[in-house]
Amino acid sequence: MSNQHEKKTRGAGIRTLDQITDAPLDRRSFIKIGTAAAAGAAALGWALSPLLDAEGSITIDEFLQRHYERLNADEMQAILRRIEDDISARYGVQANLSDPKPLPGVEYAYALNIGRCIGCRRCVEACMRENNTSRDPEIQYIRVLEMEKGSLDLEKSDHYYDPETVPQKDTYYMPVQCHQCSKAPCTKVCPVNATWQEPDGIIVVDYNWCIGCRYCMAACPYWARRFNYTTPLIPVGEITTDMTYLGNRIRPRGVVEKCTFCLGRVRRGLNPACVEACPTGSRVFGNVLDPGSPINYILREKRVYILKEDAGTIPRFYYFFDK
Amino acid sequence: MIDVLRDYLLFILRAVRLSFHGSRIYYTWMGLLTLLCVVALHSYARQIATGLALTGMTDQVSWGVYIANFTFVVGLAAAAVMLVIPAYIYKNEDLHNVVILGELLAIAAIIMCLLFVTVDLGRPDRFWHLMPGFGEFNFPYSLLAWDVVVLWGYLLLNMHICGYLLYAKYCGLEPKPMMYLPFVFIAIFWAICIHTVTAFLYVGLVGRPFWNTAIVAPRFIGSAFTAGPALMIIVFQVIRRYSRFHIRDEALQMLRQIVTVALLFNLFLFGCELFKEFYSDSVHTSAARYLLFGLHGHAMLVPWIWSAIAAEVAAALILILGARRIALLNIACVLAFVGIWIEKGLGLIVPGFLPTPLGEIVEYFPTLDETLICIGVWAFGLLLYSWMIHLSVPILSGDFRRAQEKPACPMPE
Repeated sequence: MSNQHEKKTRGAGIRTLDQITDAPLDRRSFIKIGTAAAAGAAALGWALSPLLDAEGSITIDEFLQRHYERLNADEMQAILRRIEDDISARYGVQANLSDPKPLPGVEYAYALNIGRCIGCRRCVEACMRENNTSRDPEIQYIRVLEMEKGSLDLEKSDHYYDPETVPQKDTYYMPVQCHQCSKAPCTKVCPVNATWQEPDGIIVVDYNWCIGCRYCMAACPYWARRFNYTTPLIPVGEITTDMTYLGNRIRPRGVVEKCTFCLGRVRRGLNPACVEACPTGSRVFGNVLDPGSPINYILREKRVYILKEDAGTIPRFYYFFDK
Repeated sequence: MIDVLRDYLLFILRAVRLSFHGSRIYYTWMGLLTLLCVVALHSYARQIATGLALTGMTDQVSWGVYIANFTFVVGLAAAAVMLVIPAYIYKNEDLHNVVILGELLAIAAIIMCLLFVTVDLGRPDRFWHLMPGFGEFNFPYSLLAWDVVVLWGYLLLNMHICGYLLYAKYCGLEPKPMMYLPFVFIAIFWAICIHTVTAFLYVGLVGRPFWNTAIVAPRFIGSAFTAGPALMIIVFQVIRRYSRFHIRDEALQMLRQIVTVALLFNLFLFGCELFKEFYSDSVHTSAARYLLFGLHGHAMLVPWIWSAIAAEVAAALILILGARRIALLNIACVLAFVGIWIEKGLGLIVPGFLPTPLGEIVEYFPTLDETLICIGVWAFGLLLYSWMIHLSVPILSGDFRRAQEKPACPMPE
């Protein structure tokens, strides 16, 4: 087709559409297509170039890993070793990763004595260390609220109080963390069952299954869930190497995490790190099914209350005022 | 059978070639949109490499412009239904010819919705966990699982209806009612579902008083049936200006009625919400207070929401009082569209999170990359829609059809 002819017919409606779509491709068209394809490829290359800097590409095993409840023991062992290797490559520490199961006949509950808490936040610090939460950006499971005396209005609370000494006059302190609700709204909304309640009452997240939609974060009435907006950063010396699959292992980027009552500790019969760290003994934890346990005693004998009871989620976390 | 397949493959081949044939305006428009898509892809690649830390979202405000736009565009996807109902049920001839253009918009909108959700995922590599049969699908408990079902269902329904009608026209055959009419009626029902399910996504959250109210679902219907047809009024004028497809003013006036009624309904529901929130004046009004007046010194959304309210009220006044002049109608449509985009976008999502369940207020502001990604998804939707229109208009006008000399072949079933 001559150049002149091309000019004459372009857009003038002389050729019918049939002629356009069925005409054989000439040399000029091939050059045009080639140029356009090259430009397109270059643009695509530029657009995708940031992916070259992306660290830690995922392996095919990781990509195809199935849901937690569909894994047999051998597959789980292989996954645990793979994650250990990954942590060692990424953070330079040898982790000891296990997958402890819930103990039979155990249901945990937690009570917090508001009358005693002085707001020192040692629980927060112990929690971060035990649970290997990111230090930058900082992720904390426990939020201690400095409350106005005589009010339970959370909007009047100070989340970022920072005086020389605590406790401050005319205030009281109310730490909030995951309430491990019996009727948990967060597990109900998860579209892929990546978070669920274990038989001992602990609500866990499979960090290898979570798709990062953050619907659970919107659902939680206690603001207890955190998201790894980027790869967690933890100084090597501060990493707790005893890790659990559903608990305190270093999380991958892009998934939700939360308090698990220090699942790896409590299923070995220890207290959660926050309970152990509390200098005032404000925190009580235990098996509520055991009539001799302190938590059983407190729930029976003390005047406990539930934060946001009207939300109807039936938490396993109670507050009480006591000397 | 072989003939049918060959005809269909030939159709695809010819459609591809037709896609690259167009006026200078067509090339400029498509080139611009492609450019925006490439820029957005670059930002998205950066987001993949860094994580969602590249966005303005936080643990406090954990959904932002992606989900805001998603919510708004779900409403647009229902624009089709407002054309379909009068066209098929009331046999309105004016709308009959343009109904396919509306359904094509629904297809583009649903694909935009799926993209907005995908870019919001922290782990897009695990998308297959959401696929029924392969992953774990928390159906019927999770409303997000419901949303996956209704969105994909709506996409497939509309793709079938448009694909069937257009290909029949291309082949020069009379479409068989049994092959598309049942799907049309299902799609009408389905369009209501995609709104309602998306509204329930928010309504079902007990910890978020701003969303946990029955009025959200009806308001979604009101706002969607305003913004969708308002967009269609503008789009139809663009199409009739730049193509040979004729759309009569009567079709625009029909849509104008729909926009007017829906907008007034939406404003009425907004008034109901205002009364409920502020007359009783309980602690649960904090989110509405933050949105409309600011709270504890934080007032980032206040100018936005008042602009939206002003735009919607102005649009309503123009629609009620204005003469039937197209220029005035266009102004009203733009005002209504922008107003609802703000109100149903960030104006709905952010106050749901603020103050947080623990009473904290952290302002959310989207970052540059986040904004570019949103613009890119919009550009991709427009690109897709423009392309579909570019192919459909010559089919509907009879310019692009199966070669004449071939014997008529049966339709593929």
